[in-house]
Amino acid sequence: MKIAVCAKVVPEQARRIDPETKRLDRSGEQTLNPFDANAVEEALRLKGDGADAEVVLVSLGPERSIDALRKALAMGADRVVLVSDDTASGSDLVASSYALAKALEREQAELVLFGQQANDSDGAVMWAAVADRLRRPLISQVAELTVSDGSVRGKRQTEFGYDVIEAPLPAVVAVSDAINEPRYPSLKGIMGAKKKPQETVSLADLGVEAEHAGEAGSRTEVYAIGEPPPRGETQRIDDDGSAPEKIVDFLLERKAL
Amino acid sequence: MTRPSDFPPRFDVSEAIARPTDPEDERIEVGIAIVGAGPAGLACAIRLGQLLEDAPAVAERLGEVPVAVIEKGKQPGSHLLSGAVINPRALQRLFAGRKRLDELPFYAPVEEESVYFLTSSRAVRIPTPPTMKNHGNRVASLSQLGRWLGEQAEEAGAIVLPETAATKLLVDHGRVRGVRTGDKGRGRNGEELTNFEPGSDVVARITVLAEGTQGHLTGAAIERFSLEGENPQVWALGVKEVWRVAKPLRRVIHTLGWPLRRGAKYREFGGSFIYPMGDDMVTLGMVVGLDYRDVELSVHDLLQELKTHRLVRKLLDGGERIAWGAKTIPEGGFLSLPKRLHAPGVLLAGDGPGFVNVPALKGIHYAIETGALAAEAAFAALQRGEAVGRRGALASYDEAVKQSFVWRDLEQVRNMRQAFGHGFWLGGAMAGAMTASRGKFPPGDSGTEPDADQELLRTNRARRYPAPDGKLTFDKLSSVFLSGNKTRDDAPSHIRVQTEVPPELAELWTRMCPAQVYEPKEGGVEVTPSNCVQCGAITAKGGRLTPAEGGSGPEYTVT
Amino acid sequence: MTILVFLEHHEGELQKDSLSVLGKALQLGGDVDALIAGSGVEGLAVQAGKYGAKKVYVADDPALEKPLPQPRVDVLAKLIPEQGIDTVLFAATVLTADVAAGLAARLDAGLNWDLVDLADQDGKLVGKRPALGDTVYVDVGWTGEPRLALFRTGAFDPVESPAEPEVQKIETQLEDFSTQAKMIEQAHEESEGPSIEDADVIVAGGRGLGGPENFALVEDLAKALGGAVAATRAVVDAGWYPYSTQVGQTGKTVTPRLYIAVGISGAIQHKVGMQGSNVIVAINKDPNAPIFEYADLGVVGDLHEIVPKLTELVRQRAA
Repeated sequence: MKIAVCAKVVPEQARRIDPETKRLDRSGEQTLNPFDANAVEEALRLKGDGADAEVVLVSLGPERSIDALRKALAMGADRVVLVSDDTASGSDLVASSYALAKALEREQAELVLFGQQANDSDGAVMWAAVADRLRRPLISQVAELTVSDGSVRGKRQTEFGYDVIEAPLPAVVAVSDAINEPRYPSLKGIMGAKKKPQETVSLADLGVEAEHAGEAGSRTEVYAIGEPPPRGETQRIDDDGSAPEKIVDFLLERKAL
Repeated sequence: MTRPSDFPPRFDVSEAIARPTDPEDERIEVGIAIVGAGPAGLACAIRLGQLLEDAPAVAERLGEVPVAVIEKGKQPGSHLLSGAVINPRALQRLFAGRKRLDELPFYAPVEEESVYFLTSSRAVRIPTPPTMKNHGNRVASLSQLGRWLGEQAEEAGAIVLPETAATKLLVDHGRVRGVRTGDKGRGRNGEELTNFEPGSDVVARITVLAEGTQGHLTGAAIERFSLEGENPQVWALGVKEVWRVAKPLRRVIHTLGWPLRRGAKYREFGGSFIYPMGDDMVTLGMVVGLDYRDVELSVHDLLQELKTHRLVRKLLDGGERIAWGAKTIPEGGFLSLPKRLHAPGVLLAGDGPGFVNVPALKGIHYAIETGALAAEAAFAALQRGEAVGRRGALASYDEAVKQSFVWRDLEQVRNMRQAFGHGFWLGGAMAGAMTASRGKFPPGDSGTEPDADQELLRTNRARRYPAPDGKLTFDKLSSVFLSGNKTRDDAPSHIRVQTEVPPELAELWTRMCPAQVYEPKEGGVEVTPSNCVQCGAITAKGGRLTPAEGGSGPEYTVT
Repeated sequence: MTILVFLEHHEGELQKDSLSVLGKALQLGGDVDALIAGSGVEGLAVQAGKYGAKKVYVADDPALEKPLPQPRVDVLAKLIPEQGIDTVLFAATVLTADVAAGLAARLDAGLNWDLVDLADQDGKLVGKRPALGDTVYVDVGWTGEPRLALFRTGAFDPVESPAEPEVQKIETQLEDFSTQAKMIEQAHEESEGPSIEDADVIVAGGRGLGGPENFALVEDLAKALGGAVAATRAVVDAGWYPYSTQVGQTGKTVTPRLYIAVGISGAIQHKVGMQGSNVIVAINKDPNAPIFEYADLGVVGDLHEIVPKLTELVRQRAA
């Protein structure tokens, strides 16, 4: 079975937005999106010791993302495909999902896995967009996953509790961070990672037309970045016995009750 | 009064030494294992790469991975912290013919420098002591330099293995065989969690220990092979910040005096540094010897106090704090160096053995030089084709270090730090005499007492620390946050310390630790190891820091 | 502008957050339509009218019975071009995030998410959203139509503006792949209350509680408020409460409407996990606790006295 894991490389720390480009400052150290590590881990668990299973990482990002993606190889993934292209810069959900879908079509994996959200944009949206473009059934927020006999079953976390959803393969599944604890790469894994196949493809290689790429292919934009609205002064109460009532009044006033 | 050494931690150095236990086909085999991706370790890796480039026969004998650098931080630089003003000579020698001086990751060369003696209200300019002159030296961020050196090492063919702690020295038949790396994924009580990954035996022909201050395996090697020097090692704790500033600073500043006290009984030796980093950043730090005695002394809070001085406040006006960190510096100097720097199969380089020139505040170029010399000695032994584990096979390293400027410099200033045990004035006078005589005065060698042997005393020092205002002065927890420390809460504690201790010791540790790891509680002290930024102060003052899980601890970037 | 609001329903009731988005849409001026998709849901259309929808499209089909996203994408993908809708708003939930994102791909339409506000600025529709752990606010927009938006839960309140809506039943045409995922078991309301990630209200306990037994105070208040219980790193470290409830830098990040911090000093390691909460109330006996610098209401006093009384008052109001 071939499992493709869609992963993102995000800035390691001190997230800030570049005031000039109004985009996330990606100049610092990069790392595999921690939530995608859950997806890699789940893929590796499904692969088990199976020699006939393959776990391939698909990612969209600048060339230097390759270093961070190697962590997945060190964990045990077999291959990395990085879609890297200057014209992809500034891609929003519409453009990114288009490029990723093309890369995934090329792989023809039975199962496509995503992690819970992107650490940098706090978006929990990529898998649904990609699933639609691939025209595949989707199960999201999966806290428990089983694959058997050409179908996949997921226990899905919702606000109301757990659903159980089943879909035939090929399918797209997005896992929640509750599904597993990602393994630490072993030293052997780390040292062997560099030798595993790492392929970089351009948008042209994938057949992504110019009008679907980067800003041209995007449908949203950022106008401005600013400070969050100030919380305002802290209202202070020194309890004289009437604090509980005052708290209730405050909550009513703030429509928080 | 209590002494910290009255309550030693439960730690035996034999815990850090083992035979290889992994089955042979599971061991990781490398040619040369370097522990520590700091300036010493990376200089060693780079120099080895250069030498192996022209000697393919030797490289082949080292196998698939000729040079591996093992680093416990998230990446090279994550655990590096210093001032720093660096003497470029060692880097120039390392990159001779390959890189120009202006291609090295430095800020501007030092042009102007001032030394001040501070009181709480005044700053008196004093002539720069000859040992501190920095003309020709370069300001740098050691963390950034580390990252850059890491890239150079990889380009030179080394494999850098970050997030990997070296917890044991592998010794077999009297020789060092490599190191064992630490486990990952253990719970608070040592239990194996679902993603438990055991460490590995990394076996190598030659092991270079470049762990930096209080190197865990360095200490083990020194004890195991009886390499102890004349004097025990002593340390200082440095706490520093990096600020983005509105007005560029155009000179390098050092201060002495306030807020440290000059009386001999306090044993408060140290001072501060303020260096420009480009036009828009300034780094400043407080460095204090850990032989201090007052339980209420807190180097972090002294730094906050320093910033309230008119001189410093002016420099930071309109600025913003962007980084914070802490680390110890070995201060024993020449007389605390191990009596030999090698043993069968192993070499010691950098701050681990203690190549630091305290009066000049320099250690980085010695680390680089000794790292490079270790590479040359290792290469020579391999090239001779002899059994490198044989006693004396690596003796050429000691020879080379003794012939180098490292040895000459340190010998000249060998008694200076010890002089300040007599207090500021007398110490200063003695230091002056030492410099003038190029180390011939006083004759002989002064003793040193371990920091933990100092008897504690209590004053009301803490009353004068400024309350954190979140703009100029900061509390410890928000500083730990700024260091990027995200250590796993349920990791096993890497700090060995007795917890049932008298209140004055609990308070000593509480104040001493810049990361608020210790807090007094009924009957002793509470330890929160996940705050730890691995500075090492506890090891000097009665406890023992051991390597934490690889990848944990601070994530310094510009310190 | 022709605005459509997707109304989510559960066990026969329209969800409050969807109705809140409807209220927000009305503020933008003009008529606002709504969509209800499900099986046997015609009766909900009247509810939508009570909250201001002018026209309610109802897609009623057994194939839409289960709350699965992909069939709903089909419904919207047909409706939007047919009716010339240029703006579609969703209250973010597990379901709607999948619907909105699938729809964005289907129609090549811009989607902005995690919005806390939306306004017409000089003829341009501008959304406001927090980013980077709620440390900055970003103004975002759309190039082209339709414009899709997901709103953070708890951002607004529903507005009752009774009207008789026009109800229009629409046909459903579903793609093959959209119906391949089948729901075998459906979730019911959790008996232990919401998880901290989904909770509207969180009551969190810290070291000031004094001991694990005092978490009962926190639990009682949370129950009375219909919220979840959270804990700080210090008390989780001490074993007083499970790690799954830890809020902070090394725990979870939460953005409830209301966060009540009981006996919590509020150092930055904790703050970064809850600073996006709408309203923060702190109860602590230490007047210098850092939490008082950023709480909306800071109560200096004995939590053992205050919290039980507060719980009682809340229960009385609910009754």
